Amino acid sequence: MSVLAVPAVSDSAAPIARRSPLAKIAAALLPGLALLASVDPVSPAVVLVSTLLCVPLCGVTWRVLARRAWPLALAVVTLSLGNAVFTGRKGGATLLELGPVLLTTESLSVGAAAGLRVAAIALPGVLAILTIDPVDLADALVQRLRVPARFAYGALAGLRLAPLLAADWQTLGRARRARGLAAGANPVRGIRLFAGKVFGLLVGAMRRATRLAAAMEARGFDSGQARTAAREQRFDGGDAALVAASAVVTVAAVGLSVVTGAWNPLLS
Amino acid sequence: MVRPAVRTPNVRPTDHERRVRLAWPVAPPAPIEVRGWGWRYAGRRAWACRGVDLRIEPGERVLLVGPSGGGKSTLLHGIAGLLDREAAAEVEGQILVGGQPAGTDRSLVGMLFQDPESALMMARAGDDVAFGLENAGVPTGEIWPRVDAALDLVGFPYGGNRSTAALSGGEQQRLALAGTVVRGPSVLILDEPTANLDPLGTTTVLDAVDRVLAETGSTLLMVEHHVQAALQLVNRVAVLEPGGGIIDDGSPNAVFGRRGADLAKAGVWVPVPWGPPPPTPRRGPGPGPAVLEGRALGARYTSGAAPALEDANITLHRGEAVAVTGPNGSGKSTLALLLAGLLTPSSGEATLHADPSRPLHRWRARELCRRIGVVFQDPEHQFLTSRVDTELMIAPRQAGVPAEAAVRRCDELLQRLGLDRLSAANPFTLSGGEKRRLSVATALTTTPDVVVLDEPTFGQDARTWAELVQLCADLRDGGSALLVITHDEPFVSALADRRMNADEGRLS
Amino acid sequence: MSNPTSVESTQPARPPRRWRTVDIVVASVLGVAFGVLFAAWNNFVWPTISAPLSSTPATPLLAGVWLLPAVVGALVVRKPGAAFYTELLAATVSMFFGSAWGLSVFMSGVWQGLGAELVFAALAYRRWGLGAALLAGGGAGVAMGVYETIVYYPGFDAPWKAAYIGSAIATGVVVAGGLGWLLVRSLARTGVLASFASGRAQAEI
Repeated sequence: MSVLAVPAVSDSAAPIARRSPLAKIAAALLPGLALLASVDPVSPAVVLVSTLLCVPLCGVTWRVLARRAWPLALAVVTLSLGNAVFTGRKGGATLLELGPVLLTTESLSVGAAAGLRVAAIALPGVLAILTIDPVDLADALVQRLRVPARFAYGALAGLRLAPLLAADWQTLGRARRARGLAAGANPVRGIRLFAGKVFGLLVGAMRRATRLAAAMEARGFDSGQARTAAREQRFDGGDAALVAASAVVTVAAVGLSVVTGAWNPLLS
Repeated sequence: MVRPAVRTPNVRPTDHERRVRLAWPVAPPAPIEVRGWGWRYAGRRAWACRGVDLRIEPGERVLLVGPSGGGKSTLLHGIAGLLDREAAAEVEGQILVGGQPAGTDRSLVGMLFQDPESALMMARAGDDVAFGLENAGVPTGEIWPRVDAALDLVGFPYGGNRSTAALSGGEQQRLALAGTVVRGPSVLILDEPTANLDPLGTTTVLDAVDRVLAETGSTLLMVEHHVQAALQLVNRVAVLEPGGGIIDDGSPNAVFGRRGADLAKAGVWVPVPWGPPPPTPRRGPGPGPAVLEGRALGARYTSGAAPALEDANITLHRGEAVAVTGPNGSGKSTLALLLAGLLTPSSGEATLHADPSRPLHRWRARELCRRIGVVFQDPEHQFLTSRVDTELMIAPRQAGVPAEAAVRRCDELLQRLGLDRLSAANPFTLSGGEKRRLSVATALTTTPDVVVLDEPTFGQDARTWAELVQLCADLRDGGSALLVITHDEPFVSALADRRMNADEGRLS
Repeated sequence: MSNPTSVESTQPARPPRRWRTVDIVVASVLGVAFGVLFAAWNNFVWPTISAPLSSTPATPLLAGVWLLPAVVGALVVRKPGAAFYTELLAATVSMFFGSAWGLSVFMSGVWQGLGAELVFAALAYRRWGLGAALLAGGGAGVAMGVYETIVYYPGFDAPWKAAYIGSAIATGVVVAGGLGWLLVRSLARTGVLASFASGRAQAEI
């Protein structure tokens, strides 16, 4: 599967892409957490605009972003509709009435606000992921946040097997076709076939995992000795600046929303 | 499975380049002492080995041979200190490496495994070699010079930034060797390092081991199917009995002279002066009518990348075995998938003569399994149920074969392949050879016209190998068309009527 | 002079709490395997199949699969933190490869993993049978339901929110708990779990 080949597709020399992975994650999380608190159209709009302005600074082309993020766009649309249909606030003019389904202007605005909110929460995270190399992330977690090395590098080693497992998944499908088993139009059969493939994948995963564990132990992993780092991960002024900028945007978004009266706390 | 095409030629370093000054401290070789050691896995009634007594002097190089499933791998893991006490029902005796119990000092022993793909830990080659040094607490400044020197020593053809997913099997194994050797172990243990490799990979890996030993002088203990090639590295052979101990020990001449015939009968690959000569080639009755044809076949896995296969033309006839050889990544497996109707071609098409209007990839699975049987490289990918007998019944049922005929055919196959004792067993619990035989059986239950086999002899012992040759020859003589993807030269000589070569996506 | 040391029992009185290398790697690879599945699901299946059916209170019914890693990881490895770690890794992998959702997938994973982990913790990390699996699946379901109603469906009316959480619990129990337990039992029967207590409950071969 092509999408599993290389996770980080950005130009790593770009200003934001160069920063520590921890800074990028923190910068993406801050607005996300703040936006959770309210359902209104203003605060997400501010965050969304700022994020879109940052895209060139991340070394990500618009094409790549579109290719990676289109399911998100689709989801935002369906989410908005779902929220619009199932909300209790049905004031304003009626737009659509089909049996139990009732859409009014107010419900549509509720839906739109919910959709915008999800987009604003998710997009910074998408940019962060596109610019983070898993190895850098593991190094940063171990060196800066004191995450136990055996878990971080154990996870990283497991991650390396991902493309192999993806190839296994395809082979499992082909093997089933070769034996005359295919989903066709029957959903029950499709589910059974899928479950069988999941089982096959897990068996293969377990086999690879036990071999990988032996190989890692043979190289002295988890032998009790203090571990050094081959690649240094720093957290410098630029990283702090990125986090600070994100905080500023968050405060601006919330502030603007409160000031314009659009702030609508979730639990009210 | 298919690897991306690897295009850089493997260049052997000249003798001048071989005298690489090692950039790391080399520990003196250590002795290995196994005293009355035995191991029984939890959940098994039989001991993997028992009463093993073996003494290996520092710097000695020993080859361990014995029948498949005979506990060799267990012994090697035990010496490397990688066996988990929790997985054992009973343990006896002790193993000392360099005077200490096995496993107490991880820096003493380095080990290479059979499957290099599952033994690489990092996404970049240099990082993988550095991994062992990080674990050993080597200061950051010293790590990268050592990494470079290690990659040089094993003849790794790329730099440290190379992605580990873009390596051939031989290159992966050499990378693993670099990562192991850079830690300066006193003992090097190799568990069938060339089992999954093509001939080029085998040569480069064993050459790399030779170079490493010349520089470090470590003690060597290895298990290797390619006994012929391994004998150039070792000066001593020990024979391990299944469920028992070491029954013979000495120079290769002496041991094989005494036991060559017995070992060959038990399935060990005994080299020619002492073991049986390669089987005489069995040629088929001559090609019958054409049954499957591939025209201008091409496939690419990711749009924009180089095609895995281009403009391939091939015709399969009844009663003929065609072998397709070539290095890893040359497109052989892609060809097999295309001809079996399991992959959609990006150009050209594959059709059966019985129904030339519809290309194979459009056939419904039920119809496909009636005509074409496929044996995959990893038998476990083909196992669908939890019992051997139901496993065999799947394809005939899907193809609509009447129940009686199907049951008869399955029983016949079980008998023929020596699996009737195991008809109620879970396929995943079978031994390597049994799994391979079962996977072949599953492809034959519908008596297909065409049988496609992808590397059927990978890692098999001599006995299973001979049975596979026999089985394939019988299939071919019975009128099926056979397509075998393999890099096993003896298999090709023994069986193939026609031979094609795949190289970088082109078939000739 | 060999010193035979026979140890018949394979289950020590107090199971050790420390994670061995093989525990870490297996939990990681299980998480990665599920992550690969989810990446495919996220990017290919979800938009085409489930999207039109989604964003209703019945949506979680399809989503029990997301909770499988927590239960399967815990039942295989049987160490404190296994449910959380495996779910976290599955979320991380699907995040890296199916980056359409970015960090939100990761956050979902965190909460769902915690939901299952808390159940196993409440059982003092001693119960790993069907009952524990079902309860843990339910716990993960609760976490998923609550999290998603807050983040994705805040506009829903209260009764619809309750229905959403209810379906999340149901799918957690049936799919994650029940199917997860069955998966681990079948895995044990193949012999791949030999290094784990979960795999040693088979008859001797």
